Amino acid sequence: MKIELTTEQLEQQEVFRVFVDKEVVPCADQFDKEERLPSELIGKIAENGFLAATIPESNGGKGMDMVTHGLLCEEFGSGSASVLSLFTVHGMLAQAILQWGSPEQRSHLLPQLASGKKIGAFGLTEPDIGSDAKSVQTTAKLDGASYVLNGTKKWISCGQIADIFLIIAQCEGKPTAFLVEKDCPGLTIKPITGLLGFKAAMLAELSIEECSIPQENLVGRIGFGFSHVAGTALDYGRYCVAAGSVGLARACLEACLSYTSERQQFGSLLKGHQLIQQMLTNMIAGIQAARLLYFQAGYLKDTLDPESITASAIAKYFASTMAVKAASDAVQIHGANGCSDEYPVQRYYRDAKIMEIIEGSNQMQQIMISKYIGISARKKGRK
Amino acid sequence: MTDDTIKERIRTFLFKHIKDNELSNDENLFASGLLNSLFAMQLVMFTEKEFQVKVENEDLDLKNFSTINAIDEFVRRKL
Repeated sequence: MKIELTTEQLEQQEVFRVFVDKEVVPCADQFDKEERLPSELIGKIAENGFLAATIPESNGGKGMDMVTHGLLCEEFGSGSASVLSLFTVHGMLAQAILQWGSPEQRSHLLPQLASGKKIGAFGLTEPDIGSDAKSVQTTAKLDGASYVLNGTKKWISCGQIADIFLIIAQCEGKPTAFLVEKDCPGLTIKPITGLLGFKAAMLAELSIEECSIPQENLVGRIGFGFSHVAGTALDYGRYCVAAGSVGLARACLEACLSYTSERQQFGSLLKGHQLIQQMLTNMIAGIQAARLLYFQAGYLKDTLDPESITASAIAKYFASTMAVKAASDAVQIHGANGCSDEYPVQRYYRDAKIMEIIEGSNQMQQIMISKYIGISARKKGRK
Repeated sequence: MTDDTIKERIRTFLFKHIKDNELSNDENLFASGLLNSLFAMQLVMFTEKEFQVKVENEDLDLKNFSTINAIDEFVRRKL
C-alpha cells in the first residue's frame, strides 16, 4: 500500500494554497464580521476554475480527481469555512445534476456551473424539518406542463447569491428533486444573519409560493429526490466538510504554533510547557488521522467504490469532531486573547461547531455508520 | 457473461453487507428491511462499477434493484 500524493496533486495543492493565502486568509475575519463574501472574490475563484473542480472536462469543467478536490477543500477550509461552503453547496448541485440530471440539464447547466456563470445551492432543510429530511413539507404538484411548488426552505448556504437551487419537495407524497431558478416568480430570498459560525456563508430562507417551474426541471424521478438525488449531493457535501475540517484544524494548529512560539509564561515560551505540548500533539495526530480518512474516501470515490459513501460519512464525522476539539484547544491555548476578535481562533471555534451540524449532523452520521455495521451484525445473528 | 456469473457477483457484493448465504434470488432486499436508502446508493455504484453500465435517471425504479433476479435482469438489459 502506498499513500502518497502524485506530483500533479502536489502542484495543484500549491496552487490552491497560494490563492487562499493571498485572497482569503487576509480578509477572512473581515468576511466574518461583515457576514458576506465579496462578489470580487467569487469572481476570482471562478476565474481560476475552482468552481469547475469535479465537473467533467466534457461539460466545461476541470475533471479534477476527488483527492485533489479534497486538497482544494482543505486549503479553502484553512482560510475560511464560509468560503468553503460555496464549494460545498455549489458542488452538491453540480454532482446531483451530473449523476441524475437529464442530458439536457447536464449539457445546459454544467458548463454554466463550471464557469461560475451560475452559482448553485441546495435546498433541503426547512423550518420544521432538519435531520428527518425525508419528511420535508414543501410540496410540488403537476399542473399541465409545469410543477407548482409551495413551502419554505431555511438555513440555505449561499442562498443569497445562488442563481439556481436544488429543491427537495413532496410530489405525489414522495420526496422529489427540482431545479428552481432564483428569478422564479413566487420565490422570495430572505438573508439570514446573526449566526454562530459560517457567518459569511450568506445563508438565506427561501419562501416558495406558487412557484411554477417547467416539467423538465424535475431531477431524477419522482420518489428518488432524497435517497438518490439528495443522497448524491450530501455524500459529496460530507466529503467537502471532512476535508474542510482538516483545513480548519490545520489553521488552528498553525495559529497555536505561532502563538506558543512568541508568548512567554513562567519564564519560558508556551510551547515549552508540557500541557500545551499535549494539546498541540493531539491536534497534530487528529489532523493526520482525519486527512488519511478523507484521502481514503477520495480514493474510493475516484475508483467508484460503493464503500466511498460510508467512508465519507466516517471522514466527516471524525474530521468535524476533531476540528471542534482542535479549535476549542486553540482558544484555550490563546486564553483571553483567544476569545478576542484580534485573533482568528475564536472564528475557527465558531465555524468548527457548524461542521458538526451541516450536511447531516454528526448524530445522523453515527446512525448511518452504526447501521452499516449493524446490518452485518443483525444478519449474523439470524438462524 | 452468463446468468449465473452476474447473479454470483451481485450475491458476493450483497454478502459483504448482509452476511446471508441463504438470501434467495427473489427475496426483496428493501421490503424485507435488509437494506436502507444509503445502501440503495451503494447498490447503484456497485452496479455501475461492477458491470460497467450507467444507471440513468430513467432507470431509477426500485423494481430494478429490489431482488438479485431484478438486478440481474437490469444489468443484462443494459449490457
